[in-house]
Amino acid sequence: MTTAPVETTTYLCTGCPLGCRLEVDAVEGDIVEIRGFDCRKGERYARQEHLDPRRPVSTTVTIEAGTLPRLPVRTAEAFPKDEVMRLVRQLQAMRVVAPVARGQVVLDDALGSGIDVIATRSMAADPEADAGDAGGDPQRARSSAV
Amino acid sequence: MTMTTQPRHLASYYDVLVVGGGPAGLAAALGARETGAERVLVVDRELEAGGILLQCIHSGFGLRYFREEITGPEYAERSLEQALESHVDVLSDAFVFDVTEDRTVAIMSPTVGVATTTAASVVLAMGARERTRGAIAIPGTRPAGVLTAGLAQKLVNLHGYLPGRRVAILGSGDIGLIMARRLTLEGIDVVGVFELMPHANGLSRNIVQCLDDFDIPLHLSTTVVDIVGHDRVEKVTVAPVDAHLTPQLDRSWDVACDTLLLSVGLIPENELSRQLGVRMDPLTNGPVVTSEMETSVPGVFAAGNVAHINDLADWVSEEALIAGRAAGRRATGQRVPADNIRVLPGRNVASVVPHSISTDRVHTLYLRVKEPMLEDSLIRLGDVHERKVRALVPAEMASIKAAPRLLEDFHGDALRIDAVPAQEVTT
Amino acid sequence: MRYDVAIIGGGVVGCAIARELSRYHLDVVLLERDAEVGFGTSKANSGIIHAGAHAKESTRMGPLEWAGNQRWGPLVEQLGIGFRRVGELVVAVEPEQIHTLEELLAQGLARGVPGLELWEPERIRQAEPNISEDILAALWAPTAGVINPYEATLLLAESAARNGVEVHTDREVLALDSDADATWTVKTAAQTYTARFVVNAAGLRSDHIAELAGVGDFKINPRKGEEYLLDKRVAGLVSRIIFPCPTPKTKGILVIPTVDGTIMVGPTAEDIDSKDDTATSEEGADKVFRSVQRLVPGISRKDVIASFAGLRAEPTTGDFIIGPTARKGFINAAGIKSPGLTSSPAIAAEIVDVLADEGLGLRLRDDFEPTLPHPARFATLSLHQKIQLAAADPTYARLVCRCEHITEAEVTDAIRRGSHTLDGVKFRTRAGMGRCQGGFCTWRVMELLAREQGIPVTEVTKRGGNSWVVRPRQDPVSEEVAS
Repeated sequence: MTTAPVETTTYLCTGCPLGCRLEVDAVEGDIVEIRGFDCRKGERYARQEHLDPRRPVSTTVTIEAGTLPRLPVRTAEAFPKDEVMRLVRQLQAMRVVAPVARGQVVLDDALGSGIDVIATRSMAADPEADAGDAGGDPQRARSSAV
Repeated sequence: MTMTTQPRHLASYYDVLVVGGGPAGLAAALGARETGAERVLVVDRELEAGGILLQCIHSGFGLRYFREEITGPEYAERSLEQALESHVDVLSDAFVFDVTEDRTVAIMSPTVGVATTTAASVVLAMGARERTRGAIAIPGTRPAGVLTAGLAQKLVNLHGYLPGRRVAILGSGDIGLIMARRLTLEGIDVVGVFELMPHANGLSRNIVQCLDDFDIPLHLSTTVVDIVGHDRVEKVTVAPVDAHLTPQLDRSWDVACDTLLLSVGLIPENELSRQLGVRMDPLTNGPVVTSEMETSVPGVFAAGNVAHINDLADWVSEEALIAGRAAGRRATGQRVPADNIRVLPGRNVASVVPHSISTDRVHTLYLRVKEPMLEDSLIRLGDVHERKVRALVPAEMASIKAAPRLLEDFHGDALRIDAVPAQEVTT
Repeated sequence: MRYDVAIIGGGVVGCAIARELSRYHLDVVLLERDAEVGFGTSKANSGIIHAGAHAKESTRMGPLEWAGNQRWGPLVEQLGIGFRRVGELVVAVEPEQIHTLEELLAQGLARGVPGLELWEPERIRQAEPNISEDILAALWAPTAGVINPYEATLLLAESAARNGVEVHTDREVLALDSDADATWTVKTAAQTYTARFVVNAAGLRSDHIAELAGVGDFKINPRKGEEYLLDKRVAGLVSRIIFPCPTPKTKGILVIPTVDGTIMVGPTAEDIDSKDDTATSEEGADKVFRSVQRLVPGISRKDVIASFAGLRAEPTTGDFIIGPTARKGFINAAGIKSPGLTSSPAIAAEIVDVLADEGLGLRLRDDFEPTLPHPARFATLSLHQKIQLAAADPTYARLVCRCEHITEAEVTDAIRRGSHTLDGVKFRTRAGMGRCQGGFCTWRVMELLAREQGIPVTEVTKRGGNSWVVRPRQDPVSEEVAS
């Protein structure tokens, strides 16, 4: 019988300005020891970061007929880190139409995660914008309408 | 925003007029209403109020002020809702170009033209501007493609344009770190962040989530020593610096890029304050303020980044509430005891706001340290009180409360605020 | 069509010549290689109108400097160019330099420059309390002034254009040739021009243009000058231009109270190889500040808000090269180094004389309009004037540049008068020149440039060519629409 090797991973704690260097020892994926933390929060962070790292994701999506050409959005809760780029790519291909209310779901159950993507501001329909044309270059459509 | 009602006419008088509709201005207006001011006007120069928060689409705001972690646009919209619900008037696309000592305020706006009004109290809440290339004197040519991180953020997040294809970032302030991630998400190649100091200037959370997550290198003790390009940036030359921050040119290397973003700090925007003749503090680059956030010109108050650069919008809102409440009290003839203690920055303290306090009520003092203190530290109020903190870094603001029972001995005196290692005190 | 005169070079010299020629019934074209006039040496300049005593009488520069100085007075009024006759103090810090001041005084007096005085230390410090205590004497010359050099250049061009001169930008001259009856062919990538006369006002590249014409008997060496603009905080530090005692090579590094009320320090004088190298350097900054701190000790590098470098056209002849050449119809206005800006209106007058001597018939137009409309500058108006102006045109009430209080009306006016780049708008209106250096107004100006010209903002440039500012997004296209 051979003992599986201990794998050590290090993380920079984000809890406070101290920025503790956290070390997580794992054997076949199971955490056996966490070192380097200076408080309970640090230990919890190391465990979460090792087992299931997540990130809040914010970006913008195209909005048609709005007062601005971009609508800021975010995930309603932290999103699995490894899926962030895929989510952002999907949002880049999206379009929504004004008006939009803050908190409105623009993409539900993103990538099957059970997490929604919501608008982080309200945006009225721009009376000057033409919804049909705004897709190409909304700023230009607005400008040339003046 | 849908609920904005743009006033068509300017009244000839306001109880409180607030210059700037960012988090400071909106909270100040709310504070003024709380203490009984009837007619409160916020004048904002953008098409919609909310300030820079509208372009800060990332989360990390609101934990203190709204008890919930939200993004900049949400924070802005909620602040605006609060103000409008309490019947504050907000005039957008309008700029205050002059304030006189008798608080006559000159405003320009396409909707009201050029007009003046007077106010019993004026709150200065113009925010901050970014330090520029000129301010840090980077040698080289002057091509297109050198811009502040905040301008890039505006172009990308509000207007949907990209500042370049291959971007280097000078300065590890939070805006620069946030933009490193933002541009990466937009498919732009961020080739590195270069920081003059031996330590990062942003929050460690942003180092991890904005740089490490995307394998963007952070070069500490390194700076840009040359910008090359005729029409557009073609490359920058970077070099490590020695302990005196002098670049070691023999160890320099070239970084190919078409864009250089600058994230090298904020400066309180006080053109209007200077025009008015408000007394300034060279340590904060903001007005000297009382515990009521009143400047040296009676009836003129300062709130938020105008007074000193804050690290969190939440602090700005809290402090602006104080300023707004005081402005409202003054407008409605209420009084509070005048300050009787002068506050002085002491050991390793770069600046403290407010500049004076009084012995009769509880005050919060906001401060920044000069040198990082990465060990258990104490913020000390004279020799009467101390607060233990885990670490103090220049990038983050710290605060300490001062209560009447501690202050009595300082009546008519100066109170020194020090930041000292805890170990030094116990041994 | 065949032009009477083709002027090569839209710097202050070429534009002054164009404006002078526009008084006559002539077909004149001005060809500029950059996107707008004045983008070369003329914009990156100290902006000094010299008193008239500096250049030696034996040179071409001597009489032209003083004649030019006198010509600027009426010009700035007619065209609305920012100018203040603040006067200059040339100071001596070593006893032997006093002799040089006396020489300059004698030279100026001989030329008829009025008001020259040698000042004792007490008088100097009474006038300029922030000047160094080490200064032993100074030559006071009240005729010197400060000018906005880019404004001078573009308003000269605009005045010329209003009087019929065609101003063609983005026209780099690639070839020059003349046929038997002395008609010149001027080739650019976009267009080929024919003209009876060619005036070479190509500044740094006037040697190259002369070579193309077959009369390349001189060289132009670029001499770099770095300049540092200081924050408004220090406005008032000096109220006159402060010159160190000149050396044979250079007038030295100056402290300049600019037209706009700020302080500028510079220039360095460094001979370099490349005619494109307008980079500033750490060594240059060091040299400038060390030098001016000897004159005004309170000056600090920490007040710098902007820096730039310009290249003076230093001719191998050591003097202005003005006049006809071995090739009939090819006239030089070349090698215009310092005091070129000061001399330019006088150079223009001299070029007109040369052209007349060479056979160009001159008939004055009776419809020549010497003045330009002076657009309202919101920031400089009284409150009452501001109210009235905004009532008449609400775009005067919309702010574009927060630092300099520039309005939308001023920016759209600049664009309609021909500025089509961010730098062009900046030089014409000052939008982007203040403390925040465009952090606030860049987007607003871009929007107006796009709107007024009917182009997308992605086509707006900083200064033409490849100086693009933003790129469009390239999102994957999807039909998915959520609402």
